Order: sequence, then C-alpha cells, then structure tokens
Amino acid sequence: MDAGFWSMGGYARFVWPCFGLTLAVLAWNIWAARRLYAKARQRAERALTMAAMDRS
Amino acid sequence: MSLSAYSVMAVAGAIGLIWRIKIGHAVAAASAPIGASFTLAALATGSLWGRPMWGTYWAWDPRLTTELIQLFLYVGVMALRAAFEDAGRGDRAAALLAIVGLVNVPIVHYSVQWWNSLHQAATVAKLGRPEMDSSMLWPLLSMLLGFTMFYAGVLCIRLRGEILNRERSAAWVREAIAS
Repeated sequence: MDAGFWSMGGYARFVWPCFGLTLAVLAWNIWAARRLYAKARQRAERALTMAAMDRS
Repeated sequence: MSLSAYSVMAVAGAIGLIWRIKIGHAVAAASAPIGASFTLAALATGSLWGRPMWGTYWAWDPRLTTELIQLFLYVGVMALRAAFEDAGRGDRAAALLAIVGLVNVPIVHYSVQWWNSLHQAATVAKLGRPEMDSSMLWPLLSMLLGFTMFYAGVLCIRLRGEILNRERSAAWVREAIAS
C-alpha cells in the first residue's frame, strides 16, 4: 500500500479511528452475544443438575 | 441500521404485547443492545467525520439531535426492561416504550428535509436516481447488506440466549440441554 492510501488524502486521523471504532463495535457485539448465550446455557445446565440432585 | 434495528425491536415488542407471543419480547430484547451499539457507532463516527467536513464534532443539528434521542430511546427501553423484577411486566413496559418511540424513526429519516441541517439531504433513499456517485454508492450498499447480515447473525445468537433464559424450566429446554 502506498503512503497516499494510509494518509487518506490528509484525513487519516478522522478516517482510521472511524474504522477502529466500527470494528470495536462489531467485536463487542459478537463477544456480548456469545457471552449471553454461554451464560444462559450454563444457568440452564445448573438448573438441570440441581433438579437431578433434588430427585436423588 | 440503527433505525432498522429499532423498527424490528418495536414491531417484535408489539407482536409480544398485542398477540402475547413470547418470542416477540425475546426478539425485542435481543435487538435492543445491537441497535444501541449501531446508534453509538453512527453518532461517534459521524461526529469524527463532522470535524473535517463541518468544522465541528457536534452541533445541535436536527439529524444529530434526533439520532441522539434514538440512542436515549434504546437505553430507556433496555433500562425499563431491566428495572422490573417480574420479567413479563418488564417486557410489556419496554414494548410500550419501544412502540411510542417508533415515532422518532421517521423524524430521524426526514429531519434533513423538514429542517435546515448541516447534514446533507437524502442521497440514496429517495425516489428516482440516487444522487451519490457510483464509486461511493456501491461500497455503501454492500456495507449496508453486510451490516444487515451481521445484525441478523448476532440477533440469532442473542435470541438463543434470550430463549434459554426465559424457558429454562421448560421440558424441551431440559431435554435439549441433557442431550
């Protein structure tokens, strides 16, 4: 890549933070969604184990 | 994307509220944080680009102000849902606020036409030929498609979690977890 691309016509300090911020938002979305699902599954599994212990 | 995610949230909330279909509330709850994060990204990146284009990071311009209200609506809906100990009441209250807040969606969209604004007028979503040059239009449309698919994908993951949380005592969940 040439320097002209990275300098974005002199607007690099505005353009690249926008890309960074958007990537951060995308990464957070994936992380938070997976975390929500993992926690929900963990909670459901725990409830299942507790129910099995109660029965025994 | 911020407006689309809000519309999904409000319509899903309405389905849950009117027809008492539980998955409606689950979709609304799953859509809210994604839409809020997209709104935040729109405001922050727009503000960054506003500095070289308009000479300021922020102005109390109709488009910017209505989009900020959009973010507050998202936060309000999420906070209201979390404020109730009874999940059912939280869902109903959040759905009601989401439906009332839906009025802001066309206001955001048409704000650049209705009032004098620093923001450019509609360049893509207008009848007839878009005014944007094709060198910018196609990247924009492909990004729109990409972000829509990303939204749908993340919504599905969140929805799985929401359903598991809400239905963890149901027999089918126990069977699914055990297998």
